[in-house]
Amino acid sequence: MAVLSYLEAIRETLRQEMRRDPRIIIYGEDVGVRGGVFRVTEGLQKEFGEERVIDSPLAEAAIVGTAIGAAINGLRPIPEIQFADFIFPAMNQIIQEAARIRYRSNGAFHVPLVIRAPFGGGVHGALYHSQSVEAFFAHVPGLKVVIPSTPYDAKGLLAAAIEDEDPVLYFEHKAAYRSVKGEVPEERYLIPIGKADVKKPGRDVSIITYGLMVNYSLRAAEELEKEGISCEVLDLRSMRPLDVEAILETAKKTGKVLIVHEDNLTGGIGGEVSALIAEHALFYLDAPIVRLAGPDVPAMPYSPPLEHAFMISPEKIRDKARELAQF
Amino acid sequence: MAIEVVTMPQLGESVTEGTIGEWLKKVGDAVEKYESLLEVQTDKVNAEVPSPVSGIVQKILVEPGTTVPIGTPICEIAVEGEAEAPAPAAAAPEAPAAPAPAPSEAPAPAAGSVAEGRGRYSPAVRRLAQEHGIDPAAIAGTGAGGRVTRRDIEAAIAAASAAPQAPAPSPAAPTAASAPAAASAPAVASAPAVIEDVDTVEPLTPVRKVIAERMVRSKQTVPHAWIMVEVDVTGLVALRERIKEEFKAREGVSLTYLPFMMRAVVEGLRAVPVMNAQWNGDSVVLKKRINLGMAAATDRGLVVPVVKDADQKNIVGLAKATQDLVQRARAGRLTMDDLSGGTFTVDNTGAVGTILTYPVINAPEVGIVTMESVVKRPVVVDNMIAVRSMVNVCLSFDHRVVDGADAGKFLQVVKKHLESIGPETSIY
Repeated sequence: MAVLSYLEAIRETLRQEMRRDPRIIIYGEDVGVRGGVFRVTEGLQKEFGEERVIDSPLAEAAIVGTAIGAAINGLRPIPEIQFADFIFPAMNQIIQEAARIRYRSNGAFHVPLVIRAPFGGGVHGALYHSQSVEAFFAHVPGLKVVIPSTPYDAKGLLAAAIEDEDPVLYFEHKAAYRSVKGEVPEERYLIPIGKADVKKPGRDVSIITYGLMVNYSLRAAEELEKEGISCEVLDLRSMRPLDVEAILETAKKTGKVLIVHEDNLTGGIGGEVSALIAEHALFYLDAPIVRLAGPDVPAMPYSPPLEHAFMISPEKIRDKARELAQF
Repeated sequence: MAIEVVTMPQLGESVTEGTIGEWLKKVGDAVEKYESLLEVQTDKVNAEVPSPVSGIVQKILVEPGTTVPIGTPICEIAVEGEAEAPAPAAAAPEAPAAPAPAPSEAPAPAAGSVAEGRGRYSPAVRRLAQEHGIDPAAIAGTGAGGRVTRRDIEAAIAAASAAPQAPAPSPAAPTAASAPAAASAPAVASAPAVIEDVDTVEPLTPVRKVIAERMVRSKQTVPHAWIMVEVDVTGLVALRERIKEEFKAREGVSLTYLPFMMRAVVEGLRAVPVMNAQWNGDSVVLKKRINLGMAAATDRGLVVPVVKDADQKNIVGLAKATQDLVQRARAGRLTMDDLSGGTFTVDNTGAVGTILTYPVINAPEVGIVTMESVVKRPVVVDNMIAVRSMVNVCLSFDHRVVDGADAGKFLQVVKKHLESIGPETSIY
């Protein structure tokens, strides 16, 4: 099996899917000639041509709006938003149109659309190139939101998102692009959307997280293992729909839950996960649910020390998990 | 000459590693500050990396074609002259110095907000306690601030189901060598009461709860051993008969046997200091002061007020102190100070007519002694049968701290002291 970076896994999956399904088109800023600012789509225009890998104007509402139209009319568009920070001009299209057309048309139309967008900080991207935006979309019925943590999951989730008959937001962590590597099978496989994954079993504390933070949590868990503290790491993989069953199972198993995300605390995914546990697993809890999240400040700072302070690190996760284990 | 270490710079966001393309300087070459030092390739860019300092290339640490993470040392440059000049560490000015990961700190102490963990239970602990009929208060907590954790209660459940029902120890087991109870006995659920219509269910009063909790803790954690001696108090009885009216008239309090018993106990504790001690987990605390608790029955239940510094009081002083405590106990007017600080306990069980009891140790003290009813009995004295006033003195002691020999010695001193009192002994 080939060892690919997170980024390569996404690129190779796009390539494999486009070879499989001629309806797939890629559409976005600099995705064609330049191969994307992160090189995710590098070489795809060369292989599939300008008709299928299209450089768009710098107009996110238009990118998503036209993609919705194309999807309704039978194509499988995978528009890319260059940075998740730039997705806000397209919010109206995504929420008012893409998410609702199936409902509004009583099932007559649907939007098989995958919106890819790199997100997250810790890469010195400052205010407009570092945001986590998943919580905005996880709030909206009619959308699905997935964030892979490993190259393996990146492939399986992307293929499943493309296979899905309704709009899926597929967020990719920039800091994971080249730092996270792993084995990825050649053949096509799907990871069902809405299924979480126990990345590491444990007995003392459950760390519920997603994306890059899964990797950080695993590192923290590894260190704590040396201290005799056993952490279970649950990778949500899908922010909407959440895998309620898996969340409750791990919460009941350990009775101590630490939820970790880089997105800021208030109104984040952690609040929803926490509420589910409080509603359905209260009598298994042995400690208050703990959330470790980005601070509620307006944006990722540019100053490296401040950026470091904002970011969740393996050390911060380790310390919180240890505190919870000792509670 | 100082050595400057050049590290792999960050050449773009999302770039976490770089490949050395070509070294533009060789070992031994002079390099000017900002002069190109090497080429680095990433999958986004190729860039020439300027030298952060002027100097001589001392060592090249990474060969061309090798890929290393950002921040990895790749070369050393010897800086001429001013060794003290602090040079920037990073090769490229725009490369942020990767913040050093926080050093692994010592495990953080438990959060302050949970210091009051004892007595507050999580939903999981409450549910498990209820389902398995376990009193969480009887479990030693291992969580922050002594909190009983889910793990603790699960262990107690496992222990309770694993341990066969232990037969209750015979309360009258007369030998000091009787097997002590396990020090950390599992919390076993109390058998549920059978309630019929005609029965009355009285909720526990706070005092009753405290008594129950302390009794359970003592019996479950302290390995009780028990011994008894017979004491001939004929002389003491005669003394008391002779002076009690006069004593009452002069001192204003009745003269009972208790002050004499306390005097004798003080003598015993002086002779065997380990009896005047407290169990402290991994140590034994030998108490300097001798503060005698005295069990007193009240309408509200058992209380144990303490006669402080009993060794500094004579019979009159002890009589007044005990009378005062008993009266205030019955009136419910004891203070916290009256009830704390005990180092040993004397129980005047004879007042309820018993001749033999098995008292429960008032932990963390290590002993409790009783004085039973004074009864006239035929005994052999000098090979003749005589009618003597006899009393049994019973001692429960913590076998972790005190062995049978010391306990026996203690009772012998008590016995000897009581038997030395004659009809003419001065009480002052």
